[in-house]
Amino acid sequence: MDEILDGLPKLGSAAAAIAFFLAFLLVLFLIGGRIRGKLQGPVAIAVFLGPAAILVTMGLIVPAGRTIYGSFLDAGQEEFVAFDNYAWIFETQWGTLTNTILWIIIAPLASTGLGLTLALLLDRMKRESVAKSLIFMPMAISFVGASIIWGLMYEYRPPESEQVGLLSQIVMWLGVDDPPNWILWQPFNNYLLMIIMIWIQVGFAMVVLSAAIKNIPSDVVEAAELDGAVGWKLFSRVTIPMIRATLIVVLTTIMIAVLKIFDIVRTMTNGNFGTQVVANEMYAQSFVQFNQGHGNALAVVLFIGVIPLIIYNVIQLRKERAIR
Amino acid sequence: MSVEASEVVVLPGPDLNEEKHGIKEAARRKLSSPWAVLVVVIITVLWTIPTVGLLVTSFRPAADAQNTGWWTFFRNPAVTFSNYAEVITGGTTMGTGIMPYFFNSFAIAIPAAIFPLILASMAAYAIAWVPFKGSTWIFFGIFALQVVPLQMALLPLLQMFNLGWSIGDIPIFPDLNKEGSQQSLLAGTYIPLWIAHTMFALPLAIFLLHNFMAQLPRDLMEAARVDGAGHFLIFRKIVLPLSVPAIASFAIFQFLWVWNDLLVAITFAGGTPDVAPITSYLATIKGSYGAQLHLITAGAFIAIIVPLIVFFSLQRFFVRGLLAGSVKG
Repeated sequence: MDEILDGLPKLGSAAAAIAFFLAFLLVLFLIGGRIRGKLQGPVAIAVFLGPAAILVTMGLIVPAGRTIYGSFLDAGQEEFVAFDNYAWIFETQWGTLTNTILWIIIAPLASTGLGLTLALLLDRMKRESVAKSLIFMPMAISFVGASIIWGLMYEYRPPESEQVGLLSQIVMWLGVDDPPNWILWQPFNNYLLMIIMIWIQVGFAMVVLSAAIKNIPSDVVEAAELDGAVGWKLFSRVTIPMIRATLIVVLTTIMIAVLKIFDIVRTMTNGNFGTQVVANEMYAQSFVQFNQGHGNALAVVLFIGVIPLIIYNVIQLRKERAIR
Repeated sequence: MSVEASEVVVLPGPDLNEEKHGIKEAARRKLSSPWAVLVVVIITVLWTIPTVGLLVTSFRPAADAQNTGWWTFFRNPAVTFSNYAEVITGGTTMGTGIMPYFFNSFAIAIPAAIFPLILASMAAYAIAWVPFKGSTWIFFGIFALQVVPLQMALLPLLQMFNLGWSIGDIPIFPDLNKEGSQQSLLAGTYIPLWIAHTMFALPLAIFLLHNFMAQLPRDLMEAARVDGAGHFLIFRKIVLPLSVPAIASFAIFQFLWVWNDLLVAITFAGGTPDVAPITSYLATIKGSYGAQLHLITAGAFIAIIVPLIVFFSLQRFFVRGLLAGSVKG
């Protein structure tokens, strides 16, 4: 009981913060609402857009600029070192870079492919919602929670003792005498970590793609079927082209998430045993090694990786708005 | 004729359980084969097994959990609640229990879901319904801001909270250090976390809520304006109530996002029981007590039970938020 009583002040402070925030807005609205005439528009813009604009500027725009600038400074952020930090990345961090590239190719393709397969299979079924809920459930679990769940799956015990990890046990049932210590098993441990990400993302891909498939007009499908398109032909000539845009959105979304993957690697291996990725190395450099120059340069590498994906999405968005 | 991305990005998204459009039932059944059912059943079972393993292990006695596989439980069922008791109180091994962190997670996630939502709905309204030059430009700019990865903002923000910020002599964010000490007044409070999460959530929240609000009927706004209502009144009495579905979806999405976050948490809160959330605690015990499977599984289950309850009870809203929020980053 004590534990719960100790927690109440914490909830109280959260409630107080919310109340304070709302009271502040209320006052702002009461004052703003009294203003009439020419000033009304400008005041409304300032009050409605102002707080968000300030926060976004202070929280994203200025920090982004400072990080880019800081990536050209040394570890203590004092001396200008030009491209030394980037040279360091490309000279010493090849393993980290190649792991990250493997991640952004394999995890999104596998998640989207499996999600698409499931969406197609489920589209033809009656009781789809149970399967969908269960496959989708990992999406609600944190990466840390997922890492603990999968840590249990990958748990290693010497082959002569009783097995605790399910993966080892299954492999032994299949006739392998001494399964490897999965998490230390280079380079395959990278793929085992990716499986955790795929486990989480398949549900997302499935739900979004399933919605897109249901949005295909039924007359299109019926016309194709009258023309004799069934099975694979219907899939490759009708379904895929019709959901192409959604497929790409799903793929790029998972790619952006994967590029920044941090929690899984940190919790499972902390980047050891050849599993380091850019986002975790960035954290390690900034907050463990206290080399802010390296940390900033790694953050900029992530930024450069995301740019093409977001540009693609902006172009897509502009096309849509033009249609409307 | 392709399905546009808008169908993914614009609220409200399609539901999990409804079958409004699409291929006719008859065609669907005709195409359904026992093989498809088999594949789906296999994948569903595969996807569920890891979580079942966690749940089962968390209820097994310590010796069983550490020395035998969780699947042997079904042959030799022995249930105990002592793992949970130990994780909650801290017991003999773990120092503080999980409860302070559990409450921290609520205290962080609830305000960090409410603040950005309110600020974002205001900004979205201004962009959609207050006519001014450059509103389209701002809209695209906000969408494009998602290009900035969290990682880029961490160090500068941390400096801002710890040392203050100024441009020349003009203070932008005050230096909150007590005289002579190295401790910011904000250290050990939730405030940096609330502010950071709010900042990071705004671009996506504004983008999504704008998409929703822009679709509200123009006649309604004009009628209200003819009746003499100003922007503040229209926002409160018309736009907010009509936007509840979009706001609810995004609130759930944002709550889960903050609850599950680790990176922002360990950067701005460290690992102390004063402010660190449950994800931070889990990452720590996974590192320190990795061999105590019965304890870390119980801890993990306490941490994921909240998102799972939210997920299963509000799945429809969550899916909408997710369909809409597929570009969160």
